[in-house]
Amino acid sequence: MIPAIFVFIYLAIVVYIGIFAFRRSKGSHKAEDYFLANRSLGTFVFLLSLFGTNMTAVAILGSSGHAFTNGIVTYGLMASSSGLIIPLSIFLIGTRVWALGKKYGFITPVQMFRDRWECSHIGTVIFAVQAVLLVPYIIIGIMGGGTTLSAISGGVVPFWFGGAIVAMVVMSYVFFGGMRGTAWVNTFQTILFLIFGLIALGVIGAGMGGFTNAVNALEAAPATAPLLTRERISPYYFLSYTFVPLSAIAFPHILIFCLTARKMVQFKKTVIFYPLCILLIWLPCVFLGVMANRVGDVPQIRAKQEARRVLATQGKTMTPEARDELRERAAGDDVILLLLQRYAPLWLAGLLGAGIMAAVMASDSQILALSTMFTEDVFAFYGGKRRFGESVQVQTGRIFVIVLTVLAYAVALRAPETIFEIAIQYAFSGFAALSPLMVAALFWRGSTKWGALASTVWVACAVLAVAVFQQSVAAPAPGPPLVVWSVGATEVLARTPSGTSVFGFMPVVPMVLVSALLMFVVSTLTRKPQRATLERYFSNV
Amino acid sequence: MKRALLVLAVLVLYVLHQDIWFWRTSRPLLFGVMPIGLFYHACFSVAASLLMWALVRHAWPKHLEEEIEQQERAEEEPH
Repeated sequence: MIPAIFVFIYLAIVVYIGIFAFRRSKGSHKAEDYFLANRSLGTFVFLLSLFGTNMTAVAILGSSGHAFTNGIVTYGLMASSSGLIIPLSIFLIGTRVWALGKKYGFITPVQMFRDRWECSHIGTVIFAVQAVLLVPYIIIGIMGGGTTLSAISGGVVPFWFGGAIVAMVVMSYVFFGGMRGTAWVNTFQTILFLIFGLIALGVIGAGMGGFTNAVNALEAAPATAPLLTRERISPYYFLSYTFVPLSAIAFPHILIFCLTARKMVQFKKTVIFYPLCILLIWLPCVFLGVMANRVGDVPQIRAKQEARRVLATQGKTMTPEARDELRERAAGDDVILLLLQRYAPLWLAGLLGAGIMAAVMASDSQILALSTMFTEDVFAFYGGKRRFGESVQVQTGRIFVIVLTVLAYAVALRAPETIFEIAIQYAFSGFAALSPLMVAALFWRGSTKWGALASTVWVACAVLAVAVFQQSVAAPAPGPPLVVWSVGATEVLARTPSGTSVFGFMPVVPMVLVSALLMFVVSTLTRKPQRATLERYFSNV
Repeated sequence: MKRALLVLAVLVLYVLHQDIWFWRTSRPLLFGVMPIGLFYHACFSVAASLLMWALVRHAWPKHLEEEIEQQERAEEEPH
């Protein structure tokens, strides 16, 4: 229960930060102040909060869990590629979006699309697709909060109560603090994971008697030696994964965040230090996830290894349901928590638990982004602001935060977690495939609203198709994929143990390429925006 | 020329991410604990940071910054 007390202290601090941010806004009823912190964030807060916004539970719990099962490949797959693609896209796209936001007063990406392509309802379609892809994040954040609080308290706090506390806390600081509160909380959270991630590495390493023996033992055992290499993942899959970080710059909460910087100079340190922040957080998590395979005296970890062994040896003869159940038992998302319980003293486990809680609660930015998008792209766009004024618009945003959080909590209580985990998998691919919209809007004067619509509809259909495919064709046992469609000797479509492959690549690759192609072809065939509009975006028209 | 070199550097770093040469080996173990494949990608993150520094230094979109500063000055003038 002691670790849970530290977590409650942490939760009280973040609520206070939200209230402090509210006071700092001096009761302003300006939309820019609530939704964008008055475009006033300085370098330090901008870097750490933008990074924190992007580091959800996936970074700490998911990365160590993935590394527990797949080994060191996790770092190259998810972290180092993000360390190149995300800061590069912030450098190329984020700075331009910031400048346009400052120049024309945009608060959401859809406002920019509507202006750039002279469209109205097509913007609403883009809003709807973005919103649908974003909702599972919010739900999974609340579920993760409930699960973590319950695990940290040793089951004293039940899941429903833990989820309710997390939902209330996030709702409170987003409601009061808006973007300023969210940015400050994210900054505080990022500092927590940076410090506690490194402490966790040291404490667990010392508890295990150093890592050298553990690494040598892993290497000596045939079952665990591949975890120190990348032979369990195909190079095609590895290459495909570099498309996934394209999603970051298409996520509305990241784009909206780019609008909060006071000056463009704030982007400089952000893009330079972003890869290093990724290194500092992901490297310890991935390494500890792999090392967890050498911990033999924690019954829960042994049970996971046993489930993995049974799945590998008998998986082919099992029913799909039995395989799914074993996969769930073998999943390692809680290995960091288990390692902390085993090796860290209670007070330190509490502090580290608070750091993990910080990662799990990263759904704040998504809640605020959806509220911003709803009030700007729907409420204000369809006349609400004109009729009722800016103050009512901000209050609508706040009410939306409450309604959304309550609904997400209600869904989180009823639906199985795996559904949303899968939905997030699709959402990453979906947002990555929406990135050509942003590139076309900013860099190609020939792009049109019809091209944007074609890309958006394609993304919606492709995400749905992959979801239906994965629901109707059960995942095979570990080993070769289940080929569903091939032409000659070429494997076109296959179901893999962890998802789908198209020509050996992850679906995100054809999704991004076809989206870009549709944008190009349809834009080429349709009427361009007026010259006056283009002149506002491209000085040399 | 400078811009072309930076574009080339980005492409080279992207290609270097696909390090098939360390795919099936864990040795050498750096500092006695870190498999070479993991160490390589940790170094890759540092290289990405250096590349970002080069981009910021040599390809910063100054014109955007100047445009906004001009606009802000124009807005302040009447006051």
